[in-house]
Amino acid sequence: MADMAENNRAVVKLKGKYASSILDVKEFRGEVTVTVKKEEIVEICRFLKTELSYNLLTDVTAVDYLGIEPRFLVVYNLYSIPNKDRLRVKAPVTEEDCSIDTVSVVWQTANWLERETYDLFGIIFKNHPDLRRIMMTDDWVGHPLRKDYPLQGPGREPYKGRLS
Amino acid sequence: MGVEQPLGDNIITTSLDALVNWSRKSSIWPMTFGLACCAIEMMATGASSHDLDRFGIIFRASPRQADCIIIAGTVTKKMLPVIKVIYEQMPEPKWVVAMGACACSGGIFDTYSVVQGIDEALPVDVYIPGCPPRPEALLCGLVKLQEKIMKERNSFGNAIGLGERMGPLA
Repeated sequence: MADMAENNRAVVKLKGKYASSILDVKEFRGEVTVTVKKEEIVEICRFLKTELSYNLLTDVTAVDYLGIEPRFLVVYNLYSIPNKDRLRVKAPVTEEDCSIDTVSVVWQTANWLERETYDLFGIIFKNHPDLRRIMMTDDWVGHPLRKDYPLQGPGREPYKGRLS
Repeated sequence: MGVEQPLGDNIITTSLDALVNWSRKSSIWPMTFGLACCAIEMMATGASSHDLDRFGIIFRASPRQADCIIIAGTVTKKMLPVIKVIYEQMPEPKWVVAMGACACSGGIFDTYSVVQGIDEALPVDVYIPGCPPRPEALLCGLVKLQEKIMKERNSFGNAIGLGERMGPLA
């Protein structure tokens, strides 16, 4: 199965054009994931959309690997409507430079998806047209999906298991 | 019995409290307002097989015409200001029913985004447990509210400037 990722049409083209920017290629249960450098994310996304017709961005999210550097991985789930196949692109983001370029210039839908990722993970999307919170209230402090955010909110005694 | 009735059976002599409380408890008009799955049970309670109308309970689509708000579902911190505004828009006298585990205590959502019980913000008259409570449980809670209303003393007199409102007699 390992060569399924290597023979993936997107992986072959990406390796030909952006070999130095690709950090990792993985395949798991038929899903192909490409990890790329965050500096190249807009250019790679534009290439995937225009040349390989990944015309639908189904989701943008992130993963917090607290205690490991780089701390965050920003995840882009792509779908090609004409070719009926999916591709997952990931880009590592460090804690001190917690930012990545916006892909809302490539897919319009990234506007709100990136706002959600910013709201819940605190990742700054550079050049974003309207980077405001989208789920939490405007005056909210902190980013709730970060692993170091207290589950029951700040200022509350943490849950210690059942008392009775 | 103790009171003479010179005008015969066409006139009923009663106390103001009994009349006012009876008319209030017989026409509880809740706000049409649902938040989560409890609202589905609340709608089922209003529908024909349980039929809230037989208690004089008629859902009103405006807080200006409602005297009861059933908090039917999970209250998020984002929703709380909205609920407060609706409650303040309701005319006195008004009652609050916390329907279900979430409205009573936050329920299973012991988390940063959820208010841990609507009694943090509003004065709750009746708590109904359940997740969600069955329509029978909501009916029971509303009957309890009616019983509570019947125990009010001089709330009407106080509203027109005659004396203090007295606590309900236990």
